[in-house]
Amino acid sequence: MLIKDLKSLEKWKKSLPKKSDFRISVLVCAGTSCISSEADLIIAMLEGYIKEHNIAAEVNLVKTGCFGFCGQGPIIKIEPDDITYVKVKVDDVEEIFNEHLLNNNTVKRLLYKEPFESEATEDASGMQFYKKQLRVALRNCGEINPEIIGDYIVNDGYLALAKCLDEKTPAEVVEIVKNSGLRGRGGGGFSTGLKWQYTAAVKDDEKYIICNADEGDPGAFMDRSICEGDPHSIIESMAIAGYAIGAENGLIYIRAEYGLATERLRIAINQAREHGLLGKNLFGSDFSFDIEIKLGAGAFVCGEETALIRSMEGYRGEPDKKPPFPSESGYRGKPSSVNNVETFANIPAIILNGSEWFASLGTEKSNGTKVFALAGHVRNIGLVEVPMGTTLREIVYDIGGGHPEGKEIKAIQIGGPSGGVIVKEYFDTPVDYESLLEIGAMMGSGGLIVMDEDTDMVEVAKFYLDFTQDESCGKCTPCRIGTKRMYEILERLTNMEGEPKDLEKLEVLGNNIKHASLCGLGQTAPNPVLSTMHFFKEEYEAYAYRTKRTAYLIEPKKCIGCTKCARVCPVNCIEGKVREIHKIIESDCIACGACFTACPTNAILKP
Amino acid sequence: MKNKILDFSTLDQSLLKKLDAYIDALEGDRQEQLIHVLHHAQKLFTYLPHNLQLYIAHALDLSGAHVNGVVTFYSFFNEEPVGKYTVSVCMGTACFVKGADKVLDRILKLTNTKKNVMSEDGLFTVKDVRCIGACGLAPVVTVNEKVYGNLKVKDVDAIIESCRGDEHVD
Repeated sequence: MLIKDLKSLEKWKKSLPKKSDFRISVLVCAGTSCISSEADLIIAMLEGYIKEHNIAAEVNLVKTGCFGFCGQGPIIKIEPDDITYVKVKVDDVEEIFNEHLLNNNTVKRLLYKEPFESEATEDASGMQFYKKQLRVALRNCGEINPEIIGDYIVNDGYLALAKCLDEKTPAEVVEIVKNSGLRGRGGGGFSTGLKWQYTAAVKDDEKYIICNADEGDPGAFMDRSICEGDPHSIIESMAIAGYAIGAENGLIYIRAEYGLATERLRIAINQAREHGLLGKNLFGSDFSFDIEIKLGAGAFVCGEETALIRSMEGYRGEPDKKPPFPSESGYRGKPSSVNNVETFANIPAIILNGSEWFASLGTEKSNGTKVFALAGHVRNIGLVEVPMGTTLREIVYDIGGGHPEGKEIKAIQIGGPSGGVIVKEYFDTPVDYESLLEIGAMMGSGGLIVMDEDTDMVEVAKFYLDFTQDESCGKCTPCRIGTKRMYEILERLTNMEGEPKDLEKLEVLGNNIKHASLCGLGQTAPNPVLSTMHFFKEEYEAYAYRTKRTAYLIEPKKCIGCTKCARVCPVNCIEGKVREIHKIIESDCIACGACFTACPTNAILKP
Repeated sequence: MKNKILDFSTLDQSLLKKLDAYIDALEGDRQEQLIHVLHHAQKLFTYLPHNLQLYIAHALDLSGAHVNGVVTFYSFFNEEPVGKYTVSVCMGTACFVKGADKVLDRILKLTNTKKNVMSEDGLFTVKDVRCIGACGLAPVVTVNEKVYGNLKVKDVDAIIESCRGDEHVD
């Protein structure tokens, strides 16, 4: 169906099947994480059973995007019963079909069980994981089939674009976004409305809207999940942005590693073109807009907007100095607005619900919600979206369920390789741009890595620096050589070859790199080191003064000679006969901790 | 004798034809689409040897230095041949804090290779890769397309052995 105006969109929406038309809807997550645990096979099996029993008219099987509860995947959600089955295996599918879909009996053994509770949770929305969440950017993820445009249309898809073209001038659209207080979700936190205003103000008949889907932060998968789960919202938003700034061309720059996300975006773009939602004279207006996908090829620095633009032009992704900003001279030297995926995902909701609604969410200066990728030493690994101002404690303990084995959580790394650590004294800090800056951290793009008491912070800092020095594009000297030197010092320290004055060198070097680098990558690269040095000085000193042990150690008094440790050691470095005291050969120990977990008498000491 | 880099005859001619067809079908500014062309070439040839890079440079009317500069800038492109099994160890933060470095060490030891260098028997190329976004399964290793999650160091042996035993991994 070709959509020519608002009326034909509404007519189309009315004609499409809704969830309420079916007796039961079975939503199966088909995000990357669940697919790797055979969710695609589960879907194929369900399809087979439904066909076999000839009940396609009453059972609505939906292959959705990410539910966010990745650690418990594959997940099947059943509506309207509000039941969520977790960790579903291929062997469970027949039972779910026979019991639940045919006979309406809940399969209790597959329900999610809250930690420390004996009873499983019956209603999905009552789960701790979802209770404190508010889904705006992720509103359609896990609700619709991202490969079917009709599913998006039913959920008011493309209505925001229709309303903008029908009722509002470009300046009014910019004003709405500006008043909503939406700030760039890629990490910068710059007002999206202002960015659009600046780009709109430059006179040129060729302008570009660019979607930055080069999510390079290790441990973050917000943007990937949105592209996989709700690609049409990105397309609609880019068209709205194009209308607002006067651009007829949109470009999505996406990582080559994100195969599924790219595929879903391609499908969505083609569908939108077929239905006249991309192309010439959208909704009967003078406004034309189309989108092209540009693939990255694995370079973290391309998340920086000037480097991203260079890469789209077919060059090495090296950043340029600003000004001029892309709003004046961007892609092909034309005015361009680069916005992040999650930023775009918020736009249709803002247009439909109004800027006051959006501004009422969150805190005074940080409006709306933020999506975080929660990972590391935490029970509920996954994607969470919370109103700004939610505390870290709520995210990690209430939503995340705390440490899986109840260990103490030592720190949270926020903002990935550009960010810093937050220690437990600050876990009650509300998550918003200003509060995080006050404690020396930053919002970043949304990676939250939880680290427990066993984590070696010097190793963590070294890990991030290894990443940034490897990803440094080499254009400017402070970043190219400076991060390498810092890494070498850290390597020396962790090899027990360092000395106390190395700590001073790290600090001086770190501050110099921060101030002298050309782009965001270099300017933030020392952050993980400086921040861990500030909060965990003693760990650095243990290395610098060479007082740190590198191997596990058996306390002879407590050892009962049960051989359990020796049996689990992957490198066979534990010696000792049955009922005799065991000993770890220090030089061979890889400090994996397997013996520590296996020991029944707590005789093993951590390094 | 001809310069080896300029010798295109060692390249698979049928694949080159496919690459030509892809390049001919490109719309708009071709030079700007170098990265897409390289992606496609790597899909066809599995890696990008120097003579192939130069071939692409000719086809797009770019300098060889420009193409090589782009190939070496992006980690996705291989200049060296890759083994039958590409073992990628995710080094994202979530995997790292769960011991991915130890998993990697074990794999390197078992396959007797260095990172990014094909093993002598042509079976393995071991890579440490950036976050593949399956943090819920950390630590994660992929062998070609197959994902192995929640790994422990001792699980690695069986995975490598199953490749060696030439059991089909897909």
